[in-house]
Amino acid sequence: MDTTATTTAKADLWDGGQSPFKVSYGKLMMWIFLLSDAFTFSALLISYGMVRFSSESWPVPEEVFSAIPFTHAYMPLVFVGIMTFILILSSVTMVLAVEAGRRMDRKGVEKWMFWTIIGGVVFLSCQAWEWSHFIHGTGLGGASLSWNEYGPPGFAAFFFFITGFHGTHVFSGVVINYIIYYNTVRGVYDERGHYEMVEKVGLYWHFVDLVWVFVFTFYYLV
Amino acid sequence: MNTEENKVEVLPVDKSKIRHVIRVALILFVVTVIEFIIAFTVGSGGFRTSIFVIMTIVKAFYIVSEFMHLGHEEKGLRWMIIFPTILAIWLIIALLMEGSYVLLERSI
Repeated sequence: MDTTATTTAKADLWDGGQSPFKVSYGKLMMWIFLLSDAFTFSALLISYGMVRFSSESWPVPEEVFSAIPFTHAYMPLVFVGIMTFILILSSVTMVLAVEAGRRMDRKGVEKWMFWTIIGGVVFLSCQAWEWSHFIHGTGLGGASLSWNEYGPPGFAAFFFFITGFHGTHVFSGVVINYIIYYNTVRGVYDERGHYEMVEKVGLYWHFVDLVWVFVFTFYYLV
Repeated sequence: MNTEENKVEVLPVDKSKIRHVIRVALILFVVTVIEFIIAFTVGSGGFRTSIFVIMTIVKAFYIVSEFMHLGHEEKGLRWMIIFPTILAIWLIIALLMEGSYVLLERSI
């Protein structure tokens, strides 16, 4: 008896009129978008791997990315480490914004969304400095899409493509976060009765953090 | 303004949820710090790379499962996301092998 009951329940689940995955349409579509975006990023990172494997020599990332603003000290990977922490922190504040939204706590959402936006802006500024330093180089010609002082041209080209594509994601994330923040302040979601938009934009923001985890490992550490 | 705020009922903070978020954040921090230490103490090679890959997957797991809440979603949704990404493993194998053969051809 029990098995028949569950099988009919399962069939009903896919008969329409309800979400078999128990998520809203918007959240499901966000997941599907993120999946396709994950493919784009894996294609970029894997082709980076292929070019690296087909090159005779490859620069040591620790030696290339060893500078830090306002000082001439040799501090390998410290700056990119700080950037990683900033992005993880802004992911944490985003989780707290989503949590506040679930409780219909508008003040909480405002506070945590604000810090998430700040985190995103700080990260972008760090990246701008990192790019500028990388392009200008250490006095041996710097780097461009076709040539760089550190090693094979693919090294700089992939750096610009991968961190640039990720930076574009961070930038659009900051813009979307701001729109959600603005709507929260205006009380749009209180009126709507739920803060699901915060959850959706939260998914996107965490994905940006997730991609950076991979970029950090495969571009800076390995 | 006040009447508008009174309409919405704000639920109290669930302390255990906040503690859980902080715990996951601490794990991410600690793993990143360990990666950092390894980057300077262990010589580069296959061993170090595999440690980095494992630690990246650990971090990715915590972000996707806890921050993005996928670990608490329906089983069907979980597999819809995870299965296609597993297929990327083949692309990694294929392109990295291809890359090393290109190098071999070049050096002949």
